[in-house]
Amino acid sequence: MKKRYLVVLLILLSFTSLFVGVTSISPLDLFRFSDQQTQIFWQSRVPRLISILIAGVTLSISGFIMQQLSRNKFVSPTTAGTMDSARFGILIALIVFTAASPIEKMIVAFIFSLAGTFLFMKILDRIKMKDPIFIPLVGLMFGNIISSITTFFAYKHDLIQNMSAWLQGDFSMITAGRYEMLYISIPLVIIAYIFADRFTIAGMGEDFARNLGLNYKQAVNVGLVIVALSTTLVVLTVGLIPFLGLVVPNIVSIYKGDNLKNSLSDTALLGAVFILFCDILGRILIFPYEIPIGLTVGVIGSGIFIYLLMRRRDYA
Amino acid sequence: MVEVHSVSKSYGLKAVVDDVSVNIEKGKITSFIGPNGAGKSTLLSIISRLMSADSGEVLIDGQKVKETKSRDLAKKIAILKQSNHLSLRLSVRDLVSFGRFPYSQGKLTKEDHVYIDEAIRYMELEDMQDKYLDQLSGGQKQRAFIAMTIAQDTEYILLDEPLNNLDMKHSVQIMKVLRRLADELGKTVLIVIHDINFASVYSDYIVALKDGKIEAQGTVNEIITSLTLKQIYGMDMSIQEINNQKICVYFS
Repeated sequence: MKKRYLVVLLILLSFTSLFVGVTSISPLDLFRFSDQQTQIFWQSRVPRLISILIAGVTLSISGFIMQQLSRNKFVSPTTAGTMDSARFGILIALIVFTAASPIEKMIVAFIFSLAGTFLFMKILDRIKMKDPIFIPLVGLMFGNIISSITTFFAYKHDLIQNMSAWLQGDFSMITAGRYEMLYISIPLVIIAYIFADRFTIAGMGEDFARNLGLNYKQAVNVGLVIVALSTTLVVLTVGLIPFLGLVVPNIVSIYKGDNLKNSLSDTALLGAVFILFCDILGRILIFPYEIPIGLTVGVIGSGIFIYLLMRRRDYA
Repeated sequence: MVEVHSVSKSYGLKAVVDDVSVNIEKGKITSFIGPNGAGKSTLLSIISRLMSADSGEVLIDGQKVKETKSRDLAKKIAILKQSNHLSLRLSVRDLVSFGRFPYSQGKLTKEDHVYIDEAIRYMELEDMQDKYLDQLSGGQKQRAFIAMTIAQDTEYILLDEPLNNLDMKHSVQIMKVLRRLADELGKTVLIVIHDINFASVYSDYIVALKDGKIEAQGTVNEIITSLTLKQIYGMDMSIQEINNQKICVYFS
């Protein structure tokens, strides 16, 4: 029922996204594009739409997986240091290989974000106080520590300007040739679907998983690799997009439950719709200028996050 | 049959389970009783491979637990630990479906659905099978978890304090279900239980642990005596026979 609305909404927004921009391209022109319009359409508008969709889908699914594996509704790539670690990795890649190729950057950033996420999960194991609101705070602090280390080294190596490009998520720089790396995320989404049941069972706890003969450690590791890699890809191509992986899974969980296999498609759809909506909003609010996606998602997302926190208090 | 051969487990210097050997009969309910910290739950966890023993071994139907694949064991033995702090929003039916994971690995077949329906019916959860677990009362939740272990279709069912936090009505309901599992379906049920009267009325055998060692084991009639219970709990109890059931009165 709800899914049908989401699909319709997604199609409408995608269509809108293709035809909003400084150079006016109207759907009516579709079959009689001028050369310039064709170029902008294929070089900028289409890549932008694809990267928005992929980023929205993968970040939301990553958030859902993290929330299951950590058994905490408020853990996400933003609140577990994953994004900050990926950014730290990019900096290291820039320092070590002066002119790092995208693949080099990706590999180093992936290793860092994976290590950072693992470290956070280890910290989680150690924390005795299992207050659900305390844990994301620890994650945010952890992320901020990594972020300040990044700033320190970036400052020392005169890379502050470079790094700020990855600080704020921004789709306006996406053109053909600069976003294709995101396609690596598509197989990750498929793996996530195959492992969905395992993630949910692992989310019921280690004893529960072992009772059902599930290899708990393997499930957790696969989940964290998916999360770290897809987050890295988004940070590298688009930049930080905060709160998306937090807000979307929580909304889906409210109306669809936490059985990942049932909720995965809704999470993907809602993630794409949400980020697409924020991006279009950012593009038309101060037209012809743009508000970067990191900011729009950040403002709307953190608002919803606060609402979720209050709601949690009500029924917890 | 479950055979436990001189199993020991210690945390630091403290031996929680200390050289325990016990055989558990098939098709019966065996209750593990004893004071707090006697090692009952730890023993159950070791039998069901959730924990590994420091020494000794556990055999299920002649097979060493340590050397059996976890996935195969999941078809033979099911354990339910106290899981009151479940954070996931799952429907009752989804939870019961997970009981089929050892067979289906996530892809439910027609046969799996037959087992799931049966388990839900057995625990009388038909009306609430689409409700989320967090909307259920403690007793209903416990029934949903037991339905999951029924769907797991194992010969051995281990329950760690299944009556925890339940009122009398629900406790009786759960114990009657366990009785039916043993009598009608021939399951072997092992439970850790605190209320000795529930143990006395509903189980076939009782194993009493104290300080990690077996203090006594035998049939209900052998264990529920003032003398044995005094040894186990260190307090005087009078045993009354009511309707052919032995009831312990320990309110002095």
